[in-house]
Amino acid sequence: MVIEIVNPGLATTVQDLGRPGYYHLGIPLSGGMDRLALQAANLLVGNDSGAAVLEAVFMGPQIAFADDRMVAVAGAELPPKVDGEPRETWTSFLVKAGQTLSFDFLKKGARAYIAIGGGIDVPVVLGSRSTYVLGALGGHEGRALQAGDRLKLGAAAPVKQGRAIAADVQRAPGTSVELRVLPGLYWHRVAEQSGRDFFADTWKVAPEADRIAYRFRGGRPLEFAPRTPPFGAGSDPSNIVDACYPYGSIQVPGGTEPIVLHRDAVSGGGYFMLGTVISADMDLIGQLQPHTPVRFAPLDMKAALAARHERKTLVSKLHASLG
Amino acid sequence: MTMRYSFGGDEHVFVEVDEEMSLKAFFKSLSITNAVRESRIKGVTEICPANASFQIKFDPDLIAPDDMLRELQRLESAADTTDVSLKTRIIEIPVLYNDPWTRETLMRFRERHQDPAATDIEYAARINNFASVEDFIAAHSGSPWFVSMVGFVAGLPFLYQMVERSRQIEAPKYLRPRTDTPKLTIGHGGCFSCIYSVRGAGGYQMFGITPMPIYDPRQEISYLREFMALFRPGDMVKWKPITLDAYHDAVADVEAGRLAPLMRDVTFSLTGFERDIDSYNRKLEKALHGH
Repeated sequence: MVIEIVNPGLATTVQDLGRPGYYHLGIPLSGGMDRLALQAANLLVGNDSGAAVLEAVFMGPQIAFADDRMVAVAGAELPPKVDGEPRETWTSFLVKAGQTLSFDFLKKGARAYIAIGGGIDVPVVLGSRSTYVLGALGGHEGRALQAGDRLKLGAAAPVKQGRAIAADVQRAPGTSVELRVLPGLYWHRVAEQSGRDFFADTWKVAPEADRIAYRFRGGRPLEFAPRTPPFGAGSDPSNIVDACYPYGSIQVPGGTEPIVLHRDAVSGGGYFMLGTVISADMDLIGQLQPHTPVRFAPLDMKAALAARHERKTLVSKLHASLG
Repeated sequence: MTMRYSFGGDEHVFVEVDEEMSLKAFFKSLSITNAVRESRIKGVTEICPANASFQIKFDPDLIAPDDMLRELQRLESAADTTDVSLKTRIIEIPVLYNDPWTRETLMRFRERHQDPAATDIEYAARINNFASVEDFIAAHSGSPWFVSMVGFVAGLPFLYQMVERSRQIEAPKYLRPRTDTPKLTIGHGGCFSCIYSVRGAGGYQMFGITPMPIYDPRQEISYLREFMALFRPGDMVKWKPITLDAYHDAVADVEAGRLAPLMRDVTFSLTGFERDIDSYNRKLEKALHGH
């Protein structure tokens, strides 16, 4: 009923679909960065789609099993091995009592979701099992996993091994990506030509990219429309009176390097934001490796809702394909 | 004050009550967000008041973005913001100003500061035209502060000083943010003070430290058992300068589960406050000390 972490990998955390309702106190949603992959991995092993899984980034953990469990890995192409024998991603496989699950080098993407039959049974905190490391909240002792950690598992449903997600339902991580953005928030503060440049430039994922936010480099610095600084905002043209930050919002401190907030977002602050990445594209960000080229593309609300609908259809297909 | 509405992607409405900070803007944000909570609009998942703005997260599958916007505009016109009266709390926070821990930290980050030859508090005292650090501390702790926003990280309060604008303490943020700030540092940036709830990055000037935890994810501290974060928007804070000995005593009290923070329920009236700020603040302080 337990697994033991032999080697934790780089930053492996327990995550589910997140913790809504506490953002007004600075406690962010948390949860899987690629929720589509998290749901797929769960469904493959017979879990509820929102059961707690392990999210591994760039490097897989090594895990010893005490009883037989069905396992599935989805998201990044991080090839699993059972006692050194390769297994497929996006496909359920059995790990027997006494066997060890480990991983080969990352081939594509950034984050792999490791679902285990029964789910990871860490305590539910404020309605979720997700880890929020900055606030030392949830997951296993509020932190990333360490060697020697023992995690309890829930009761598993009986499922066959070899269940797979059809290729057309997998949203596998790409090498280059376009992130669709609804301009707004403080968009009016950007000079007109500079706004066009922002969407025309190719940006690259900076090494400072984690669950809180992704930073981007390589495009032209922003120029701002002239203004008199309002009381309480600070004198830099990129400053505002500290306000809330939407998930996916793009802040540009000093006008130089855009930062997109993600699942462990800081909930507010004093930097202006030029718009927000649409909900349908947030999963894609979590799979971006440093140096990956990225374009931001503007769209309107109607197109954002159409994209949201398309993503929802993909989730339904995921459920349908596994009966 | 002109409200400015904008969408944050397909899941958020962002509302700027005013471009600049003021108590009026803060109270308008607070009363509208309270009205949103009470009206139970379907599809609303997060209601986040901020200093002079607020944000609503919603599920566009349950309510169309344009309908969400119309609901908020309806509440804006219905919200009574002429004489705001607020049931709230006033909490005393002990502060060791000029403490050794923030001093050690600020020395490590001197090259990121506007005035590397001074400490943060000396710098803030000078640019706010105080004759001495003591005078500065007297002003910082002399009147209450509003919790005008909770956030950035878990349970961190942004605090707005309850004095007229001409007397408000203002300070720029560090030229480049620090990578480290001691837990429970009292910071200041722009017109806002804050209490850093956890250790981590920060750009505010550091004035001191409190022995009183304000966030406890394990919920073991006596006054945080009910909820892990102490502050809610609308709370008031009164700083109480303490000595190093008193700081150590308070830390020991926290560890022994003996620390009982001084806090009282009070009703705050914006009109009453604005009529005579100093006497209203004295009344609040009397309520705090129960005499």
